[in-house]
Amino acid sequence: MPRKVLGFLLQVSCNKLALLLLLCSLSLHAQEPPYFVTYSDALEEPGNLEISYKGISAAPTNTNAFNSATLELEYGLKAWWTTEVYLSGQSTQNDSTVFTGFRWENRFRPLMRNYFINPVLYVEFEDINGADRSFLEVVNHDSIADLYPANAEARAETEQALELKLILSSNTHGWNISENFIAEKPLNYSNPWEFGYALGVSRPFTLKAGSKSCVFCRENFVSGLELYGGLGTTQSFGLNGTSSYLGPIIQFNVPKGPSIGFEPSFGLNGNSVGMLWRFKVSYEVDQIFSHFRRNSH
Amino acid sequence: MRAFKFVGLVVLSGAAVLCVAADGSWLKRVPEAERKRMNPMAAQPDAIAAGGRVFEDHCAKCHGEDASGRGKRPSLRSERVQHATDGEIFWLLRNGNLPKGMPTWAALPEPMRWQIIAYIKSLGPNAPVASSAAADTKPN
Repeated sequence: MPRKVLGFLLQVSCNKLALLLLLCSLSLHAQEPPYFVTYSDALEEPGNLEISYKGISAAPTNTNAFNSATLELEYGLKAWWTTEVYLSGQSTQNDSTVFTGFRWENRFRPLMRNYFINPVLYVEFEDINGADRSFLEVVNHDSIADLYPANAEARAETEQALELKLILSSNTHGWNISENFIAEKPLNYSNPWEFGYALGVSRPFTLKAGSKSCVFCRENFVSGLELYGGLGTTQSFGLNGTSSYLGPIIQFNVPKGPSIGFEPSFGLNGNSVGMLWRFKVSYEVDQIFSHFRRNSH
Repeated sequence: MRAFKFVGLVVLSGAAVLCVAADGSWLKRVPEAERKRMNPMAAQPDAIAAGGRVFEDHCAKCHGEDASGRGKRPSLRSERVQHATDGEIFWLLRNGNLPKGMPTWAALPEPMRWQIIAYIKSLGPNAPVASSAAADTKPN
């Protein structure tokens, strides 16, 4: 019951947060590409805190429609180390609203200079249940059938897992090209390693900033495309029986305001949900702890 | 036991990489060809104005709105920075100085980075420097 209440509060607070972020006009946005699933080599600047809301709406065939909400807190510990916490919940039509778990991730840049291909190492601990609909990654043979059980039944299945990613990313002529290889190991039962992938490419509408401030001009828009899906397990590696998605992305960086992104993800085969409507709002607070220090004087 | 040895080796290698990276000033690490690169937008009023806007968005939070430094973050009005070549600053923006807290800005499009440099250079070597940042004017 408390988890159900927490889930409801998370859903409500995330919706309010999204609205707040849309209205807020005091933030800055980072240089991060606009992807929803794929990670690039861009880390959070040291001392900055990025607060994001990521939402998904979907109406899969043969089961109830749902809305998923994920609150993301990303902090730059060092120029080469970013840490991040996710809290996820979802609300299913004709069913219930539930908290589905948390994730704690760390990303490290092992090389201290920029190269044509920049590797980033990603380590995450996740504690989520079977009702999770956040689609922050797709691994193993995750498919639309995972969405069929009712929330009460799905929540009974919990998973603590270690997730590792190798992120490779390039920035050239304004383009960002990123590839992620995902390996996930369930810790609370003896399943094999599960694998997945994500690929993304993005580019700003224009590479030069204008001399005058403007709102709806090209420099404030970024477009992209991402492809992601499962790759099976150590026992059955490959695309067979997995789900895959392809989604075009558009992101609007409001001048001195939040970043707003939108992606319709198209399911590419019968194992995938037909369409995932993804939406996010990100708000970056610069030098978060310096605000506290100033206030303390 | 082998696993412990492997982890130890990885940790030591990582520490060695960090030590090497933090050693010396970033200026010494700039390759000669990079050092000689010229800013294609140098001294262009539009580029300076645009660079000022990009600076405000991405750089001012650490280096201060007037580029005179903030806390331990160095002033960009210092003689060291103002006398650095366009190519040297461009190299720093692309690579960062990660062990010292300067992130890489390679994800910013190249023309925007040149615009930032045009803006920084427009501040001039004799511009006033805030006293709190004076001690941090030497780049790493």
